[in-house]
Amino acid sequence: MGVSRVLKGDRGGQLLLAVLALAAVLVPLLNLAVPASSPWHLSTYTVTLLGKYLTYALLAVAVDLVWGYLGILSLGHGAFFALGGYAMGMYLMRQIGERGVYGHPELPDFMVFLDWSELPWFWHGFDLFWFAALMALLAPGLLAFLFGYLAFRSRVTGVYFSIMTQALTYALMLAFFRNEMGFGGNNGLTDFKDILGFDLQGDGTRIGLFLASALALALAYLACRYLVQSRLGRVAVAIRDAESRTRSIGYRVEWAKLFVFTCSAMLAGLAGALYVPQVGIINPGEFSPLNSIELVIWVAIGGRATLYGAVVGAILVNYAKTTFTGVMPEAWLFALGGLFVLVTLFLPQGIAGLFARFRRSPPRPTEVGV
Amino acid sequence: MFRGYLSMRAVALGRGPLVAAGFLCVLILATLVPRPAGARTIGYEEALGRLSDRSFRVKAAAIEAIATGGDERARSLLEGLLKGEVFYRKSDRRILYARKSQTGYRIRDASNGADLGEVGKREIKKVGLNNRLRRQLRGALAGMALNDPDPRVRRAAVREMMGDGKAAVRLRARLPLEQDEGVRADLGLAIALDDLHAATANTRLAAIATLGASLEPEVHNRLAAMAEADPDPAVTAAARAALFGIELRRTLNAWAETLFFGLSLGSVLVLAAIGLAITFGVMGVINMAHGELVMLGAYTTYLVQQAMPDAIGYSLLVAVPAAFVVSGLFGVAIERLVIRFLYGRPLETLLATFGISLMLQQLVRTTISAQNVAVENPAWMSGSLRINPALALTYNRLYIFLFAILVFLGLLLILKRTTLGLQVRAVSQNRAMARAMGIRSARVDMLTFGLGAGTAGVAGVALSQLTNVGPNMGQAYIIDSFMVVVFGGVGNLWGTFIGGLTLGIANKFMEPWAGAVLAKILVLIFIILFIQRRPRGLFPQRGRAVE
Repeated sequence: MGVSRVLKGDRGGQLLLAVLALAAVLVPLLNLAVPASSPWHLSTYTVTLLGKYLTYALLAVAVDLVWGYLGILSLGHGAFFALGGYAMGMYLMRQIGERGVYGHPELPDFMVFLDWSELPWFWHGFDLFWFAALMALLAPGLLAFLFGYLAFRSRVTGVYFSIMTQALTYALMLAFFRNEMGFGGNNGLTDFKDILGFDLQGDGTRIGLFLASALALALAYLACRYLVQSRLGRVAVAIRDAESRTRSIGYRVEWAKLFVFTCSAMLAGLAGALYVPQVGIINPGEFSPLNSIELVIWVAIGGRATLYGAVVGAILVNYAKTTFTGVMPEAWLFALGGLFVLVTLFLPQGIAGLFARFRRSPPRPTEVGV
Repeated sequence: MFRGYLSMRAVALGRGPLVAAGFLCVLILATLVPRPAGARTIGYEEALGRLSDRSFRVKAAAIEAIATGGDERARSLLEGLLKGEVFYRKSDRRILYARKSQTGYRIRDASNGADLGEVGKREIKKVGLNNRLRRQLRGALAGMALNDPDPRVRRAAVREMMGDGKAAVRLRARLPLEQDEGVRADLGLAIALDDLHAATANTRLAAIATLGASLEPEVHNRLAAMAEADPDPAVTAAARAALFGIELRRTLNAWAETLFFGLSLGSVLVLAAIGLAITFGVMGVINMAHGELVMLGAYTTYLVQQAMPDAIGYSLLVAVPAAFVVSGLFGVAIERLVIRFLYGRPLETLLATFGISLMLQQLVRTTISAQNVAVENPAWMSGSLRINPALALTYNRLYIFLFAILVFLGLLLILKRTTLGLQVRAVSQNRAMARAMGIRSARVDMLTFGLGAGTAGVAGVALSQLTNVGPNMGQAYIIDSFMVVVFGGVGNLWGTFIGGLTLGIANKFMEPWAGAVLAKILVLIFIILFIQRRPRGLFPQRGRAVE
């Protein structure tokens, strides 16, 4: 099944991948090859900002997968994102080695500060990149599997599920704030030095991370696209639109849901793992329920059940956030709150729906359900 | 012991050769028994004059005479002496109260209180004290407090002297005269504490028997010491037994206190969630702005207090209806402008109301302040109800618990006994049928939402008395509130009430061994698991369509 087949009929997706490919060529060129004096020069700050947006976009795709195609509104995807981030953060912490403030060869600074004598068991192995990368996927995946298994089996659906996921991320936030958890407590993990031997502050590393984010987003997009077009994807849509009927026909609704939910959580973990080296810090604030709700609104604004809409929404809202909070921080919450209201009231299909209507192309699935 | 016995005898005799009974007996009795005229004592004025003497012995006698003289000026004089405010004028040796002023000292006659103007530093001299005199003064003051007409003052004096061996003699003398039950009990306790030092084992045993009923920390410490160190094995055994009893009752009291804290936290949860139980439970509307409606109620309290700074005591009574109206109107506006268009789409409602909550937060930040505001507690809300030495319930928590019950019963009454309540229940059960019966469902929706929002505002008034009032306070409660409603069972006010109290109590009982944060996490995990077992909560609504 080639890329062309996966993207067949998906104009938005084709455009998205084209733009990503273009960005992957242009951004390094404008940053490295164009001299800093030229107006065409792209600062490393901007590159990092763009890379951050791409990881948000990846997270939004993960949310769209469960919300748009499965009808499950998760208010806890921020937790999966943060877990992935913490896994990567632990690797970066271990890479600091003796360069920490206390200069301990093995223990990260905050553990020395807390008078711990040895590494907690769950920190072992995180000095290896492949292990940390695996954990960035497995930890959120496992949590989602357990949580989903319990919830779907006992048919906790709709609003109840949303509130439960919110409670989950809230509980994790409280837990990670505790010093005893061994994840740096309030301050989280920060002061990273390098990744895979490359200096994190270096331009080349920043470009590399940007490219990795773009590649991850492109691959994840294709994978999700493949998933929703597969038989499983169609079952998912059936579950979204009429769950009991799908169950009555004989589909194992719980397992389908569980599979998609777990995949989505792992994608969110991947996004978190790419996010942390670019922003240079991960702290329990990432678990805050507000974050999870905010990323739902990216998807809502971009347009549910389109995948590319989620990418557009994430980038647009975050660009607006960067601009607004820089120029008039007072207005940002008004603007974000207003967006929530206006989009739900007047733009139920999001920006993608607006395009679709504007171009009178064959309508995307309009029955979005709950 | 001997002196105590003597003084009791002396009291029994009433009058007689008292002076021989010794210094202390004089001290006590002189204030109690009218002194025969012409006794060998000096008057207040005379004693006052002698305070300027250089000899400490003369001064001690003078203080003695003043303390036992029963003059009403004695107390402030002795206190003044202790504080070093009593001086004498060098020119005429008159005793004065003197306070430092800008130019020198402002003086007042100690005998008649007349203002004598200001004098220079050189013209007066402080009445000097040594440690022995200070001790004497303190003892005399305590003795006077012990004979104060107000039983509360006496009680405080007894508590002050408890465990002080030297004061015990005075307490023993007071016991047979004391009429007030409460003071008598404390006196008995203090004397028993002193008896623990008695030479005879039987006296010590009797004292232990008396002390076994007390929860005073001092008693516990002393018994613990005795259980270790007493030479008589019978006494150590008795002390151990008494200690065991005390510790048992202490534990029970500690549980009672935890239960009270739990009920208090539970009532906060109930208050925060009960409005949600109406909007979410009865109408099925996910209102993420609920916490902000609570916040608006708290800010209304603040504004009401700003408007009536001279009557903080009544401010809460005004704030409750005001908060109901303010939050209720906001609620009605939200329902009319947004939620109305989103019925049947719960997840969209969730997002839209979340947007509203962000805007309300920012509204408060912009119009009032981004910082927390100070809401005052009326005097009647502070202080605590002392049940026994190991258990005291603070009034604010007590009142808020009662208030939560009141609000709950009020809502129950509205839903079960009024026309509006009937219509609300009809619409929530079967909207189409209710409309067919002539119920204006849109109006009912609006009023129901207003009722839920108004209740949130009322909860805000109560919360303003317990926690910080700031733009973010709503967010702190929203998740807890949803947990309570979901745990209790949607569409069921009783479920919310019982659920909230249960969660509050569970939280507080876990706190001692798990810590506050971990207890909260455990409660959250418990609810998450509980919902898996019973997806419809503690008290599920029956007869609903499956999906």
